[in-house]
Amino acid sequence: MTRFWQAAPSVGHPLTRIEGLDKVTGRARYAGDVAVPGLAYGAVVPATIPRGRVLNLDVEATLAMPGVLAVVHRDNAPRLTDIGEGTLFLFQGDRVAHWGAPVALVVADTPERAREAAERMRVDYFPEPPDTVFRADHPGLYEPEYVNPRNPTVTGKGDVDAALAGAAVVVDAEYRTPAQHNNAMEPHSATAVRSDGRITLHTSTQYAYGVVPTLSKLFGFAPGTLRVLSEHVGGGFGNKGMPPRPDTVLAVMAATLVGRPVRVTLTRPQLWPLTGYRTPTAQRIRLGADQDGRLVALEHRAALQTSRLHEFTEQAAVYSRPMYGAENMRTSHRVVALDVPTPRWMRAPGEAPGSFALESAMDELAEACGVDPVELRLRNEPAVDPTTGQAFSSRRLADCLRVGASRFGWAGRDPRPAVRRDGRWWRGTGVAGAHYPARAAPTTAHATALPDGSFVVRVAASDIGTGARTVLTQLAADALEVPVDQVRVLIGDSGFGPAMGAGGSMGTASWSWPVVTACRELAGRLAAGEPLPPDGLTSTFDSTAAIGARADYARYAFGAHFAEVAVDVTTGEVRVPRLTGVYAVGRVVNPLTARSQSIGGMTMGLSTALLEESSMDGRFGDWVNHNLADYHVATNADVGEIDVTYVDDPDDELNPSGVKGLGEIGIVGVAAAIANAAWHATGVRQRELPITPARAAR
Amino acid sequence: MAGPELASTVRLMLNGAPVELVVDNRTTLLDLLRDRLDLTGTKKGCDHGQCGACTVLLDGRRVNSCLQLAVAVAGREVTTVEGLADDEPHPMQAAFVAHDAFQCGYCTPGQICSAIGMLDELAASWPSAVSTGPVRLDDAEIRERMAGNICRCGAYPHIVAAIREVAGGD
Repeated sequence: MTRFWQAAPSVGHPLTRIEGLDKVTGRARYAGDVAVPGLAYGAVVPATIPRGRVLNLDVEATLAMPGVLAVVHRDNAPRLTDIGEGTLFLFQGDRVAHWGAPVALVVADTPERAREAAERMRVDYFPEPPDTVFRADHPGLYEPEYVNPRNPTVTGKGDVDAALAGAAVVVDAEYRTPAQHNNAMEPHSATAVRSDGRITLHTSTQYAYGVVPTLSKLFGFAPGTLRVLSEHVGGGFGNKGMPPRPDTVLAVMAATLVGRPVRVTLTRPQLWPLTGYRTPTAQRIRLGADQDGRLVALEHRAALQTSRLHEFTEQAAVYSRPMYGAENMRTSHRVVALDVPTPRWMRAPGEAPGSFALESAMDELAEACGVDPVELRLRNEPAVDPTTGQAFSSRRLADCLRVGASRFGWAGRDPRPAVRRDGRWWRGTGVAGAHYPARAAPTTAHATALPDGSFVVRVAASDIGTGARTVLTQLAADALEVPVDQVRVLIGDSGFGPAMGAGGSMGTASWSWPVVTACRELAGRLAAGEPLPPDGLTSTFDSTAAIGARADYARYAFGAHFAEVAVDVTTGEVRVPRLTGVYAVGRVVNPLTARSQSIGGMTMGLSTALLEESSMDGRFGDWVNHNLADYHVATNADVGEIDVTYVDDPDDELNPSGVKGLGEIGIVGVAAAIANAAWHATGVRQRELPITPARAAR
Repeated sequence: MAGPELASTVRLMLNGAPVELVVDNRTTLLDLLRDRLDLTGTKKGCDHGQCGACTVLLDGRRVNSCLQLAVAVAGREVTTVEGLADDEPHPMQAAFVAHDAFQCGYCTPGQICSAIGMLDELAASWPSAVSTGPVRLDDAEIRERMAGNICRCGAYPHIVAAIREVAGGD
């Protein structure tokens, strides 16, 4: 690939967010903020059994309540096409697949009336005994055909059992992570507006374009019927990715039935059963090494849950495939379908729980071999991807570990656990590696030169807080060789054409590919003297062929996390006064927004380590702590000093912008670094998250 | 089933201007702002007083507007994020932009209203859970006092930096 890197006036500059002023003044309109005349409000009636059938819905009594315009249910809802997505196949029969599944939608002229009518609606059920509790030895566990997004379920080479039998040192341990809910601050919301046979859907999505084909197939809409707008999105973390969530289907159904625009905004508790979560995992790691800590065998087995509506298989063991080198390796996944809501993507799906297991086991191996945990990782650096044999496009894990150790002050660390008592605190430090795949997906973008000298770039990107709008503006301005204030980047409109969503840390890599290419082509046409028509001159680029033509490489971002932990000797409370994150993520377009992404990822990692757990009540198939008071996420008071830096990572095998994406790597390995530090503090191994006071003090 | 619906006439001062309207008695201050007055800068994150996204200033003090019934704020003065800026952004708004003290921006109006209210509480020497003597501004005080405003994007270190700058702690 041609080397595209060049001195550039905007890339590398900490430009503040393009939409920053709109966000701090309240002018930015999110999906549920868009003013629509004649708006009606839909409220979900959720199932109150985990499994069974709906026998009767008292629709008549509900319709008699003040302001109620309609009740959407199995007898009057539009018939849908079964597209293999059970979570969206709403009101098509009487089956209840999980607690909280919509059995009806009440539409009324005010939100108060809709909500009261929905809460009072009487529903009779025929309940059946549910199976809702995940366990590592569940008899229903099976090997799925593949794991997300299209990874092989099982990989292997060599003979793991024989290598373990002959290894000088063996670590064999099980690690467990609980169900976790994304909990973006903005609840899911969809507003459907029908006009002249077309539908405009304002919705909170990470994937404005992707909603269109899914809902069009589901409802049988002709091309051009549906347009999705999502100018501002109040966070996602995977929870607003594909497929669209039920609020979109409900809004379109309701607007069709009542002939008015309808808004369906889910309540915070409704996010638990309706929008996805990270599956609980049980992971067994077996490591064999020589006395110096050089791996001879690595096995990672993951057990996961999915629902009966849809098979979703978190790729937890995938983390171990490219990370550390061993001659004998095996990774595998099994999943069990339960009477529970469907798990979905949550920030670094696979890598986040998988890294907790492997990076914790590596710390146990370091202890068993008497090798420093940083040095142990350096000793197990593979020359090529140990699973596929592919060359890495770049691999700077060692740089991240060394730079991190230096910044954190790792040198001279006493490896012994439970020897640092400081008043009421036990203190310790821990480390973990991290990686995340660097991918890109086909996207189309348009760049237009206008007669007034300004430029407009259109791409159906989503800015869920990543800074997408800002970095695309910087990249476009540099490609056009103009100042950023001459470029306006329009995003969040499915009408701009096919585009990857904000997911898999692929946003900037995917969107900037056609943005930069179209802008360069446009600049060339202008420089060649092509005349500028009154409505502007447009260059369009579709990156599909270019992505398909890339050379075969293992492309990953790498990182290292270091944590200092203090454990209260009496209560077991765990504090994290200090975190250091070092990343090799290709080119950093905007150091300001990049830093925000990284501290955000590390904060979610800290939150995962210490606080987050959705607790399933097996009798009801419901998470009992489905609100932000009982499901704890890190607050300002939980976060201490966070140090972030990036090592140079020039990589010409990525994309025209040289970016790897950094939305997710910040969470990978943080929980392990904290768990390892907690062990260093107290001498108690932490193999289950979250590290609650009871577990820390055990 | 439901009894007769009750409605009331409510008069209040909103961002410096008088407002009078008839509201369903079930309406929260948050929904009044968002659904009746098209002031959507104030956000609904949880509707249970658990996240802080709906924070506004009520007679100058920070409150969760989702926990206030509209009828209960009659005669009082409400300031929302839309009421903070004159021609220029409020210094707290400017500092949030400069320090990148947000990502998705959804919790941001609540963070900013909360920060402004919080600095007044500090100025009045109200102690917090981490105060050990005379109240003075430091990072621990800011973190503790802002702990009621959740930012899932994790912009906390930048929020602390923005508030410190406005408070003159830098």
